Amino acid sequence: MATKTKSKSIGSMQMSKQLYQQQASKYQPKRNVLLNSIRAFWVGGAICLLGQILQNMYIHFFGFTEKAASNPTVATLIFLSVLLTGLGVYDNIGQYAGAGSAVPVTGFANSIAAAAIEHRSEGFVLGVGGNMFKLAGSVIVFGVVAAFIAGIVKTLFNMIF
Amino acid sequence: MDSKKQMSRVNRQTWHFSQDVRLQASAVAVGPKEGEGPLAALFDKIHEDMYAGQQTWEDAERQLMEDAVTTVLRKAGITDQDVDAILAGDLLNQNITTNFAAEKLAIPLLGMYGACSTSMLTLSNAAALVNAGYANKVIAACSSHNATAERQYRYPTEYGGQKPPTAQWTVTGAGAGLVGIGGSGPRITYATIGKVVDMGIKDPFDMGSAMAPAAVSTLQAHFRDTGRSPQTYDLIVTGDLASVGYPIVKELMRQDGYNMEPMYNDCGLMVFRPDQDVFAGASGCASSAVVTYSHIMDQLQKGLLQKALVCATGALLSPVSYQQGNSIPCIAHAVALEGGA
Repeated sequence: MATKTKSKSIGSMQMSKQLYQQQASKYQPKRNVLLNSIRAFWVGGAICLLGQILQNMYIHFFGFTEKAASNPTVATLIFLSVLLTGLGVYDNIGQYAGAGSAVPVTGFANSIAAAAIEHRSEGFVLGVGGNMFKLAGSVIVFGVVAAFIAGIVKTLFNMIF
Repeated sequence: MDSKKQMSRVNRQTWHFSQDVRLQASAVAVGPKEGEGPLAALFDKIHEDMYAGQQTWEDAERQLMEDAVTTVLRKAGITDQDVDAILAGDLLNQNITTNFAAEKLAIPLLGMYGACSTSMLTLSNAAALVNAGYANKVIAACSSHNATAERQYRYPTEYGGQKPPTAQWTVTGAGAGLVGIGGSGPRITYATIGKVVDMGIKDPFDMGSAMAPAAVSTLQAHFRDTGRSPQTYDLIVTGDLASVGYPIVKELMRQDGYNMEPMYNDCGLMVFRPDQDVFAGASGCASSAVVTYSHIMDQLQKGLLQKALVCATGALLSPVSYQQGNSIPCIAHAVALEGGA
């Protein structure tokens, strides 16, 4: 990063990159963290509330056990997210809610569906198949690796104590 | 021959067109969102959907470029046979919009890439070819499409990621200008070719901050080389700096003793209304092209403007370069247009 301190010329002016970035930052509108947090909180909370309602519904009306009910609950949320992605609504929700709609399982489904739709024009195999995990892939890879490490730690812990 | 050369080369970066080189006609084709913007009445063709009647967005962008070029031919009352060359570019890998559109148009092609500065890169070179006598009539064209650019540079269009307020909205559209000797239309008098400037901005969602120094560099070179000042012009526009880069240029120019009030504006602030949810403003090759080839051309022809300077700005990044942690190199090219008839 030695170049950072080097003075550069913009027109007739000599200015370091650092000084320019400092000057430019005055004109860059910042993300409103508080407002974003509030929006993420209520939208994310609403998605989780919907999940809870779905789970209760599967338990009370369809006779699932509490543990077994989580599968159809997640499937329903994924279905709704993919539907909203296909209808072109989910990206608008995402712009409003930020992490609130990105973190729940609906966000994961959206990232897969969005990539699949986007690359449909390149065919099913190389387009849809090859690209649908473009965004979700890293979540899966690091999720599996993290789970693996956590599993080993737990096993070792149980063996020792 | 030497004297003519002298007359054409003003300085290292600036060319003077000694012949009566004119922007004889121009045309613009846009998508639906641009068609709801403040300049809609001046656009030649407004498509009602992003697909422009095609199967894919890439095909739609080609359609826009073909529309712009065929419309400019129609407006000038000539056929493709009368045009010696088309200089064109776009934002997609390998300039595919340009290459595919040019195959249909059957005009000899010089494909050019300058990211969003392509509008003035092609116009300046078109003027140079005509001025030097290598061609009688040349078309300069460029295009961008919101969805193809999103796919190329960012995420799938339906992905629900949140964009920061410094982000910009790529214009869906294409512009084409016909350059020739004589006739009506504004004269193309000077072109100033930019140097690549990189002030270390790395955020691909903040192109305005990245490109502003390149615009300042080219504008100052233009004024220095031509002996002109900002006050020479009734209108100076930059291509797509939007609400972040625009005030930065103003401030940097002020610090160097150039007063850019009140003639300075930015095409990125002219294509859309502020309430059209475009974050900081418009971007893309088409940002400067659709403004120059509609609004500015119109004003010059009506005599509402005497002298205009268009400084198109381009961010020369690729998805690979920014993922590898490189900052964003930028460039700007300026072309001076002067009173019609």
